[in-house]
Parts: sequence; structure tokens; C-alpha cells
Amino acid sequence: MQRALFAALSGAIFGLGLVISGMTDTTKVQGWLDVFGDWDPTLAFVMGGAILPMAVAWRIAARARISMLGTPLPTLGVQRLDPGLIWGSVLFGAGWALAGLCPGPALASLGFGGPGGAVFLVAMLIAMLAAAPLRRRLSSRPLVP
Amino acid sequence: MIQTDWLWGLAGGLLIGGAGALFLLINGRVMGASGIIGALADGSAGAGWKENTAFLVGLIAMPMLLLPVFPSQTHLTENLAQVAIAGALVGFGTRLANGCTSGHGVCGISRLSLRGIVATVIYILAGGVMMATLRHGWELI
Repeated sequence: MQRALFAALSGAIFGLGLVISGMTDTTKVQGWLDVFGDWDPTLAFVMGGAILPMAVAWRIAARARISMLGTPLPTLGVQRLDPGLIWGSVLFGAGWALAGLCPGPALASLGFGGPGGAVFLVAMLIAMLAAAPLRRRLSSRPLVP
Repeated sequence: MIQTDWLWGLAGGLLIGGAGALFLLINGRVMGASGIIGALADGSAGAGWKENTAFLVGLIAMPMLLLPVFPSQTHLTENLAQVAIAGALVGFGTRLANGCTSGHGVCGISRLSLRGIVATVIYILAGGVMMATLRHGWELI
């Protein structure tokens, strides 16, 4: 119950951040990727702002080893660059530009994204299911981001 | 010249990173949106399904509750075929790569993970190439 409560709180703060940063607005994301057009650097501010508290959190995590709810904290495993990481990121980047949505903002905008937002999410979920067998074959060991 | 949009971006970014910090230090989990929903979709979440579902409830409900004070629009293209192809590429790609903008970008770069940095560079480059083709492709012909 506690785990679910704090997960919901994290999700809510994540959603708040995505909305006020403008990342649920596809024109801002596409503007960031459009370097040959009217380039919009907002995403760099969002990314920079998000990395700061996370970098502090990783420092604390390295010393604490165990989370406040008692589970082991994730450690940086073997850093292997595999074909799944490379080609998956190529496909993801192409889709990201095509609509201006990545998974976080696609979920956060479900309440106001209209039918288009729902179409994106359904297609994303089906593709995630379809990717499962190939994913298992590519990585025999669990890989952390 | 600093624009207001950039400051909103920075403030929102700090909240996104704060959310990731809470999820890490309290729940002991990496806050990656594609992993949280993907593990639910393919059943690999196991006993973590409640936690993942609760995260998604918060993520979807918060922007809805904010709508009266903070009206948002996605300005998504009306071409639904394009939207569906984009969604499929994002879903398939993030699962193969084991992460997206939040997992590899925010949580990976902040711990100087090689995989996170490489993935982020690649998806931004691929996105840039796709965007150039979409908006400026005709100029090259």
C-alpha cells in the first residue's frame, strides 16, 4: 500500500512537471528536433533541470544502498552496448519526431489529448507487446538504463 | 535573452527530476515511463504491477486535475495514420532499447550511464533526421 501511494505521488509530480515544462505540447518537442527550422531549445532546459535533482539522488543512493521502503537500490550493472539499444533508439527517435510524443507525455496527456492521443497510446501498447519476444531474445540478462 | 518558456521548462524539469528522485530513494525504482507501462503491457512487471499502475494513475490524473488552472493542448497532427505509425515506432523502439527520454535521458545521464548517454544521443539524432525529412525534405530535392 505504501509503495503504491509513493508511486502515485511520484507519477503525479512527474505529470505536473511534464505539463508545466511544455513537454506535452508536441510543437515544442518537434521544435527542439527541427534544427534546420525555427529551433526551440526549451527541451534542453527541461532535461538540464531534471538531471540536477536526479544526480543528487544517485549520490545519495550510492551511499544508502537500500531504499526508504526497504528494497535494494538499483546499481549500475555491466554497461554493454547491444544492437537492441542502438536500433531501438533509432526507431524511437524516428517515432518521437513523427508525432512529437514520447511515452511519458503520451500518458500525461491522455486526459486532454483527444482521439489522436488515444490512437498513439493504443499503437504504442500493441508495439510494446509485439516487441516482447525479440526483447527477450536480445537481452538474456536484465539491463538497466 | 531568456524566454518565459525556457524558465517554465526549467521549473518543470526540476519537478520531473524531483519525481525521479522520490521514486528512486523511496521505492528503489528507476523512473522510466516506457519501462513502467511496458512491463505492465507484456506482463513482466510481476509483483510490481500495483506500484506501476499507481504510478500511471498519478501521471494521468494530475494533468487532468490541473486542466481548470493549467489548460494544456497537445497540438498533435490530425493525420491519424501518422500518429499510429509514430506510436508503434515509439513503443517498439523504447522496449528494444530498454528506455526512453525519462529512463535513458533523465535517469541514465544523471548517473553517467554509458547506455543512457549513447541511447539519448542516438534517439535525438534519429529524431533530428526524421524532422528534417518531414519538414525540409522537399528543399533537398
